Amino acid sequence: MNPIQRAVSLVCAACALAAFGVHAQSSTEQEIEKYRQQVGEENPAELWEMRGEALWKQPRGPKHASLEQCDIGLGPGVVKGAYTVLPKYFADTGKVQDLESRLVTCMETLQGLTREEATKNHFGSGPKRSPMEALVAYITSESRGIPMHVSVSRPEEKEAYEIGKKMFFYRAGPHDFACATCHGHPNLRIRLQDLPNLTDPKDAQRAYTTWPGYRVSQGEVRTMQHRLNDCYRQQRFPEPGYASDAVTALTMYLAVNANGGKYNGPAVKR
Amino acid sequence: MADPMKIRARMEGDLVEVKVLMAHEMETGLRKDSSGKLVPAWFIQNVTATCNGKTVLAAEWGPAVSKNPFLSFRFRGGKPGDKVAISWVDNHGDKRTDEATIS
Amino acid sequence: MNNHKLRIAALAAGTALVVAGCAALTSSHDAERDAVALMKKDFHSRGQATLDRLDQDEVQKACTRYAETGKLPEGEAQHLQQAQLATVKYPADGDYLGDWKAGEKIAQTGKGKQWNEKPTAKAGGNCYACHQLAKHELSYGTIGPSLYHFGRTRGYGVDMQKYVYAKVYNPQAFTACSSMPRFGYHGILTEQQIKDVVALLLDPKSPVNQ
Repeated sequence: MNPIQRAVSLVCAACALAAFGVHAQSSTEQEIEKYRQQVGEENPAELWEMRGEALWKQPRGPKHASLEQCDIGLGPGVVKGAYTVLPKYFADTGKVQDLESRLVTCMETLQGLTREEATKNHFGSGPKRSPMEALVAYITSESRGIPMHVSVSRPEEKEAYEIGKKMFFYRAGPHDFACATCHGHPNLRIRLQDLPNLTDPKDAQRAYTTWPGYRVSQGEVRTMQHRLNDCYRQQRFPEPGYASDAVTALTMYLAVNANGGKYNGPAVKR
Repeated sequence: MADPMKIRARMEGDLVEVKVLMAHEMETGLRKDSSGKLVPAWFIQNVTATCNGKTVLAAEWGPAVSKNPFLSFRFRGGKPGDKVAISWVDNHGDKRTDEATIS
Repeated sequence: MNNHKLRIAALAAGTALVVAGCAALTSSHDAERDAVALMKKDFHSRGQATLDRLDQDEVQKACTRYAETGKLPEGEAQHLQQAQLATVKYPADGDYLGDWKAGEKIAQTGKGKQWNEKPTAKAGGNCYACHQLAKHELSYGTIGPSLYHFGRTRGYGVDMQKYVYAKVYNPQAFTACSSMPRFGYHGILTEQQIKDVVALLLDPKSPVNQ
């Protein structure tokens, strides 16, 4: 090999290497996207939606009542579009509530379950699956195609939003992390995973409107409540209470940032 | 009892396209739980599909099929209004049958 | 729970009264206080992730205060960096360079300090989550700058080793409100582990410098 040939082949090796680098990254994303398209039409989350619809109509608890008279935001029994107005202030509890918090309320008041019974096995998997994820999958699926329009017109709602915003930027713990560390800047990646900038309406809409999601890695439907819980685990924070006011406040901040985005869940996630 | 399947069956030209989602754990028998114990194998072994009672598909499955499996197939000879029934039996002997009407 | 509701109601009334004066300032301050109170009410200790982790130190307080609006004012940033530099405990043996192979493993794992993990388990640095390091690892994040060829471009001298040691130990000593965890200051990584990470960046044989 003469020097020129060698130089050329070296350059080409470098090209190939660089091309491979780019290719390997984008192909991972492409493969995930391909899988999403394949199962997207037939999202296993539909199994949760079916189960959830049955649970919604099934009499349960000491009062042997279904949830069909539950007011989840648009009046008793209205499921269509209800998820797009949550979180929301409810006069009967005097609180701003997200979907899961509201379902707990209805299980208590309509069905006579205790809070412990209503929240048993939340985030469960397999045989320990709870009714909550199925109910959330069903209710959210009834909002597909409807734009998010969460209101902050009441002072309680405005307050929840402001508190949620403070929580989003709150740095603490042994790693000094806040939600904003990963989700407060544009165009970032953690490993190969794109990080939505949840302070930006476009990213917030895309992220928020696709939860709950069927997580392929877990074979389960996980809700926004679970997503936030898992973020706090990775932030090295203590654990936020399930369906608590704190989680609702943070959800309120994210939901308002996503206003205007067409709801498109439950989706398929990695 | 196992959760119901989601079945869609519709005409595509002179073929019937069937899409099925099944709710099943599909444990391989190789996975360990959080305490390090092996989770015993538990998976769908046999799948059959019938159209108006006549078998149009029979399959033997193993632990390599994913959790909550998705099955799609096409067959000839069905028409709108016919009943497509899907049945599965797992290695525990649990079984489930669900039905859909061809549209 | 009822207590909290009442307090918020009272607070809302209070805010209404001062609305004419300094509404924005007051409501932001109140929201901050309410957010902390709400988290303390609704979060709970789980495993090693105890509730006191919600208590902020000076750095976390300052960086939270300016997180929404942007950077810390210059004077305050200088002051914070000086104070944090004083917290760095350098190795007693004066040797900063460990084993880059061990460093690569530390860079790959993000374990440690989470509520689902044993407190005794050794933590990782998870460097690849945010930084490009060795060229062969394609799965790297972009939250921090690329560190590929770090030593090759910056030099391998002892001063550089000492700087990298201190930077990993406490990044706030050099960049106020950096997103990077204070690995030494918070005891996430041991002295030896930090030395190994220094070697990953500054050993001429490390794949980072190939």
